Amino acid sequence: MNLSAVWAIYYSEMARFFRTLAQSFISPVISTSLYFVVFGSAIGSRIDQVEGVSYGAFIVPGLIMLSVMTQSLSNASFGIYFPKFIGTIYELLSAPINYFEIVLGYVGAAATKSLFIGLVILGTASFFVDLQIQHPIWMLAFLVMTCISFALFGFIIGIWAQNFEQLQLIPLLVVTPLVFLGGSFYSISMLPAAWQTIAMANPVVYLISGFRWSFFGLADVPVAVSLMAIGGFMVLCLGLIWWIFRTGWRIRS
Amino acid sequence: MTSIVQIKDLKKVYEGGFEALKGVTLDIEEGEILALLGPNGAGKTTLISTVCGITNPSSGSVSVGGHDVVTGFRGARRLIGLVPQEINLEPFLKVWDSVAFSRGLFGKGRDDAYLEKILKQLSLWDKRNARVMELSGGMKRRVLIAKALSHEPRILFLDEPTAGVDVELRKEMWDVVAELKASGVTIILTTHYIEEAEAIADRIGVITKGELLLVEDKTSLIKRLGQKQLKIELSDPCDAIPEALSAYALDRVDDGHALIYTYDTQAERTGITQLLSDLAKTGLHMSDLQTMQSSLEDIFVGLVKEDAA
Ligand SMILES: Nc1ncnc2c1ncn2[C@@H]1O[C@H](COP(=O)(O)OP(=O)(O)O)[C@@H](O)[C@H]1O
Ligand SMILES: [Mg+2]
Repeated sequence: MNLSAVWAIYYSEMARFFRTLAQSFISPVISTSLYFVVFGSAIGSRIDQVEGVSYGAFIVPGLIMLSVMTQSLSNASFGIYFPKFIGTIYELLSAPINYFEIVLGYVGAAATKSLFIGLVILGTASFFVDLQIQHPIWMLAFLVMTCISFALFGFIIGIWAQNFEQLQLIPLLVVTPLVFLGGSFYSISMLPAAWQTIAMANPVVYLISGFRWSFFGLADVPVAVSLMAIGGFMVLCLGLIWWIFRTGWRIRS
Repeated sequence: MTSIVQIKDLKKVYEGGFEALKGVTLDIEEGEILALLGPNGAGKTTLISTVCGITNPSSGSVSVGGHDVVTGFRGARRLIGLVPQEINLEPFLKVWDSVAFSRGLFGKGRDDAYLEKILKQLSLWDKRNARVMELSGGMKRRVLIAKALSHEPRILFLDEPTAGVDVELRKEMWDVVAELKASGVTIILTTHYIEEAEAIADRIGVITKGELLLVEDKTSLIKRLGQKQLKIELSDPCDAIPEALSAYALDRVDDGHALIYTYDTQAERTGITQLLSDLAKTGLHMSDLQTMQSSLEDIFVGLVKEDAA
């Protein structure tokens, strides 16, 4: 294991993050506050409570998930796309490192950044609503697993993408709608019966449901199923990455 | 002596089906400077990329310091520093950080004194805190060299280090290469300038269309390059080369209808005048004279033509 290389990648990726720390910190604070103004106050004043939880608190897990998923995706996909784009990938390919170490460096850094952002949002939210986390360990576990699995997925997108449009395509067309429709701002049980069935085909539902359970003990689907869903997604992404590096697809011509 | 790099029957077929390397076999000795000379599209970059792990070989094998580049990639790549043809650098990074990153990537612990040494050697020390994008083209190329040297490689690949570089910088680059050789580093560089290969290499390999045509010691190659042949056609065929002409090492061809004399164009005397007068004394009559370049020179002429196209 070339730990020094993993650290070099991780450190240089994080350095980029720290160079813009103020921006990395301020933008989630502002956007979270805006969500609370719009959803929490405007809508919350009409909805009042969802399954015994105040609407303002109810949306916090979804809000965190929404940011963490999109941030993990964009950080990881950009992280590996950038060296491909400017040509510095030659160095990664000619270095004494294997694919696992490359992934560890890039995905680790992307996951760390989005974890940081997730925690900033959680902290900001606690200023607006009274939050009690019933299962804090599970909460962290779900959060970390989501950061990692979406960073893995982002890494794949970054390798697949051959231009900036493609880099934005999947997050924009697939992930954002799935996340918005995945019960970030409502409970699946609030939907008409037919829509509830359709919603179950959305993998994000399982993640948000599990995460919300760790806060309030409420879930749309059993927690074990949520865990399996996120674990399965992670294994799928790892398998794909393994295949990519074994065949050299889109990296070693 | 075992070779530090051994390339055996290496073939590379790109995805579209294009065969960029058609079975290259080459041994590189430790401590030498080998120039790979060939026109654009010859396969020089492909050859280097395959040795360094940037592309996978289609067939054949490459070993570096006894490590196979596929199965023993870690051992092989630790020994190699690569300076790519294109200036591929992260523009926002500071010179120092960029070089330190490379060292870490190759599994070496931090060593500020060593980095300082190479940055000074490459006249980059004053620029260590400058961002890459603020540097001139020549300095960027030196940053690439510093990155390649950051992990103390035993073999350095330089892919067209002086393409598009002005004369002054080219000389500077040659000095850097000479210094590196003195410190024991094996250097493989590609170029499409014959003069460059002549100026710095110990051995020269000529590659075109994915084939390595020859690899030869520079001095003997240059000597061969300087050779020409004179064909003397005779009005009446001779059965044997006359005793009086034995000193000229002539070849009898076309059933004795012609004699061939090989001479060095760069020698003080070609010996042609003497030969012709000696020939006249033997009573042989010549009907025509013709000079020919050696086949090697044909290759080079071909190279230059393709380059101009
Ligand atoms: N990734 C690639 N896919 C397909 N063909 C390629 C690729 N890279 C290089 N080639 C082709 O292989 C040949 C050799 O290229 P290259 O090794 O770059 O030559 P050189 O470095 O000698 O100029 C060229 O004809 C080039 O077009
Ligand atoms: Mg080239």
